[in-house]
Amino acid sequence: MGLRSFFDRIEPSFEKGGKYERYFPLYEMVESFLFTPKTVTTAAPHARSYIDMKRIMTYVVIATIPCILFGMYNTGLQTNLAIAEHGASGWRASIIEALGIGFDAANPLANILHGLLYFLPIYVVTLVAGGLWEVLFATIRRHEVNEGFLVTSMLYTLILPASTPLWQVALGISFGVVIGKEVFGGTGKNFLNPALVGRAFLYFAYPAYMSGDTIWTPVDGFSGATALAVTASEGLAALPAHGITWMDAFVGTIQGSFGETSTIACLLGLGFLLLTRIANYRMVLGCLLGMIAFSSLLNLIGSDSNPAFAMPWYWHLVVGGYAFGLVFMVTEPVSGSHTNLGRYIYGALIGFMVVMIRVVNPAFPEGMMLAILFGNVFAPLIDYFVVQANIRRRARRHV
Amino acid sequence: MAQTYRSMLVDPMVDNNPITLQVLGICSALAVTSSLQVALVMTIAVTMVTAFSSMFISVLRSQIPSSIRIIVQMIVIASLVIVVDQILKAYAYEISKTLSVFVGLIITNCIVMGRAEAFAMKNPPFASFVDGIGNGLGYGLILMLVGTIRELFGSGSLFGITIFETVNNGGWYVPNGLLLLPPSAFFVIGLLIWAFRTWKPEQVEEREYRIQTVEAH
Repeated sequence: MGLRSFFDRIEPSFEKGGKYERYFPLYEMVESFLFTPKTVTTAAPHARSYIDMKRIMTYVVIATIPCILFGMYNTGLQTNLAIAEHGASGWRASIIEALGIGFDAANPLANILHGLLYFLPIYVVTLVAGGLWEVLFATIRRHEVNEGFLVTSMLYTLILPASTPLWQVALGISFGVVIGKEVFGGTGKNFLNPALVGRAFLYFAYPAYMSGDTIWTPVDGFSGATALAVTASEGLAALPAHGITWMDAFVGTIQGSFGETSTIACLLGLGFLLLTRIANYRMVLGCLLGMIAFSSLLNLIGSDSNPAFAMPWYWHLVVGGYAFGLVFMVTEPVSGSHTNLGRYIYGALIGFMVVMIRVVNPAFPEGMMLAILFGNVFAPLIDYFVVQANIRRRARRHV
Repeated sequence: MAQTYRSMLVDPMVDNNPITLQVLGICSALAVTSSLQVALVMTIAVTMVTAFSSMFISVLRSQIPSSIRIIVQMIVIASLVIVVDQILKAYAYEISKTLSVFVGLIITNCIVMGRAEAFAMKNPPFASFVDGIGNGLGYGLILMLVGTIRELFGSGSLFGITIFETVNNGGWYVPNGLLLLPPSAFFVIGLLIWAFRTWKPEQVEEREYRIQTVEAH
């Protein structure tokens, strides 16, 4: 209990009247990360649960681990494959050469290390830039620093392309944290997903760095389209010519942002989240059904000029950010619907919108980010109608 | 007189700003602020229309039947907007094309109507004229602030003069494309309102709701 007694010793200086009163949020953050908070409710009702917000957030971070690991592997793999063709350059290459690991794409360890060299700078910049804002707001507004940011920073890192310049990373997360969350009052009051707000900001502010063929693998001279871009322009039949099979897309060895390529890694995370009941299965089910129903409908309608109409649902599932968004963004409890019926509708709306944007809108080959933000905006309205319908139903019962 | 001419001119700048306090005229503030030059022309146009329409409506105010006053006000404002539009087309054709429909939409700008209804109908012509100038300038102040931010960071220039050399021209600055899109003005105006209300806390509105806190008993 050495740690506990250390906290007990230093706690008085952070409490009211103490020497470091201003920095109480910082102290609280570290303490409650390590120990169960000792605050208890003073008035009824007394609900007891071992799952508080910090545990929820920690569980989500745990659920992203498969995506992180596979993301690093895939980033390294794609980079090493491209280096074999275009040659290596930059500080990362110097480090790898100094360590004597080499750029062999067949060596998983070399791939993971190379991926780590891309993942780590982005993640560290995200933590520092976003963390600064978090602590600033927490200190001024005297609320606690939440583990929510741990999740936000991780998700944000996982949905960025590996080649994103670091200053853009910092700018995006600043926008996401301040505009997406803090202006509305902080964690638990955000009606949009802060990580997605940051990503959307970058997408509209610096489109050349966030979409196109050259950004997914950070090697000079490399150009490779994502599976969605290929489908949008040439149709599903062209995918094998680009070396992409359904299995590749399912496992995740394709072009894309860090964590989003691997459907199987996302599904592992989903399994964990559903098992621990952090994610609500209704949203996931709604989102799947909405996507399957609408893409099947489009398959039936067909189109001569737009090849993406023919894309079946099992392809929609594995390419782009659909799986990642489904598991980690749609299920976010704060920005989604809060009623059970509303959750189905909310999920279905996102599933419908993602296919709509991907297939029908020619400007955006990928639609998951925008679809989820769209769903977030509508979630309170859906809840409102569900609650109203319930009130009407109960009122009719007592005529 | 309740207000001095000075306060009529100065109040709409910060203390009673038509955009940041009354949240009027947002549509054009979103649409024309992507470059400073256009924003400046828009400012002048709105200031002129507000000032002269207030003055003319004030002259007519005892003759206007109350039941059709909005229609009469609209006619005065619309005539002035047509004059402004023609002048722009004659002397600044390029800018007139960039402003396109937004010159015509000055008619529907709530600031013009708001001043006519709230001030000019009750006050003498010269005071109404000064009030119109003041409100036009208050509107223009925000337009220019938003325009400065959007043009400087969106295309690296001010009034078309390059400040930050952009990457495309061999410089270092990567222009922020979001700021060239109209929705970005929402963020910029929102942040400005935040800044204004932090500076002048009396502008903060009363909450419409109270968050209940459980108290020990």
